[in-house]
Amino acid sequence: MALISCRDLKLGYENSIIVDGLNFSVNSNDYLCIVGENGSGKSTLMKTILHLMPALGGSIEYGDGLKATEIGYLPQQTQVQRDFPASVYEIVLSGRQSYLKNRFFYSKEDKKNALFNMERMGIAALKDRCYRELSGGQQQRVLLARALCATVKMLVLDEPTAGLDPLVTVELYELIKRLNKESKIAIIMVSHDIGASVKYASHILHISDKCVFATRDEYVKSYKANVSNEEEASDKGEEL
Amino acid sequence: MSEMFDKLILYFQYPFVRYAFIVGVLIALSSSLLGVTLVLKRFSFIGDGLSHVAFGAIAIASVLKLSNNMLLVFPITIVSAILLLRTGQNAKIKGDAAVAMISVGALAIGYLLMNVFSTSSNLSGDVCTTLFGSTSILTLSKTDVILCAILSAIVLFAFIFFYNRIFAVTFDENFAKAVGTKADLYNLMIAVIIAVIIVLAMNLVGSLLISALVIFPALSAMRVFKSFRSVTICSAVSSVICAALGILISILMGTPVGSTIVAIDIIVFFIFFMIDLIRSR
Repeated sequence: MALISCRDLKLGYENSIIVDGLNFSVNSNDYLCIVGENGSGKSTLMKTILHLMPALGGSIEYGDGLKATEIGYLPQQTQVQRDFPASVYEIVLSGRQSYLKNRFFYSKEDKKNALFNMERMGIAALKDRCYRELSGGQQQRVLLARALCATVKMLVLDEPTAGLDPLVTVELYELIKRLNKESKIAIIMVSHDIGASVKYASHILHISDKCVFATRDEYVKSYKANVSNEEEASDKGEEL
Repeated sequence: MSEMFDKLILYFQYPFVRYAFIVGVLIALSSSLLGVTLVLKRFSFIGDGLSHVAFGAIAIASVLKLSNNMLLVFPITIVSAILLLRTGQNAKIKGDAAVAMISVGALAIGYLLMNVFSTSSNLSGDVCTTLFGSTSILTLSKTDVILCAILSAIVLFAFIFFYNRIFAVTFDENFAKAVGTKADLYNLMIAVIIAVIIVLAMNLVGSLLISALVIFPALSAMRVFKSFRSVTICSAVSSVICAALGILISILMGTPVGSTIVAIDIIVFFIFFMIDLIRSR
């Protein structure tokens, strides 16, 4: 049984349909990259998976014991967060908010889990530091630790490397790869970076007028075929 | 020095001075708590907008000659707070414009009503009192004090018990929603609490100066402290101290209560600002 399976999914806002007839599924251990142009509906799809907005049609089924509220989410940073006075520990701990249920305060277990995830992300030493004083890469690790507090099965990442320098970007990709391989956490990542997507993902979902859902190898093959077709075409063009 | 103490002791023998002191401290405490959330959500001016709405509501209440104008002022202000926080998300008129529109509109209508239907001989005095608080705090009755104490206690407990959720919703609303926190419900709660605080604080500093009471302690604390918890505690403590000092000074020097408190808030803000500046060298 897949963690998430989408059938004939129709996405968009009230009167405008952006994506129609989308079919794909994500199994545990999968690493899915969602790529596509700006405005193609990547973020809309992600928000729909997270229940932040409703689907216009079709269905999303959650299986394998995954609940929609047990997906760890790494959003893009907002302006508010850039000058928010909060310690790293406070932010990571807030990842446990779905475990609060009807309680008002975090339990010992919640706190232990937060500390565990901070160690996992290598930010235990930053525990009492102020979030807004950290570097971009450190901030992403904090938000990743918070997302890990919310899930054991699946992470949804929204362009996690946006605005990071190349070295830190590679570090973050390796970190996410380790989570996928060693902790068996399924990854869904919205990405601009096709190169990195092809390098790390097990599956690719290309969103455009015609959506393509394929394993990495199939995608690379068809991509290469496309490119060589185009090259042939342009070669012919030159000959003429 | 002992002369000042004698004067204070003399004044504190009067019940209305003691009431004013208690109410002032309670209001300062509860108004500072949500300041951090409001500043961070870019809603600093909501206090201003709501207080003008409350002013308009008081005008309507006095025109209708209601025996207890709080019965009208609370519902109107709470509904406006909910509408204003709602429009922040998706509306044809964007957040700050909506606040400006409602606040100025309510102010104008309120003053117009007071003028046209005025029964009082000292209209400008009444208006000035509602706007700047002036001496109204010294005329508080025992019922006012009890009402204020109860509402402050509710605000305080709501804040303590929902602290973790308020933090989560303030820091990252989308994440909170994604993991199943009812962010809209807590935004609504924040709106209602703010409305209650605004109406309470009108008694102390008047409707024009409420924003200062809400945002100054938070802004001061944010200069120096680095975690949400320490910022919140610091802004509560500094707000209480400023209010207490302000009331004492206004009793001794005969200055208006509201503006004295705000002046001290400003001084404290500069002290914290300097501390931050010196430390970051």
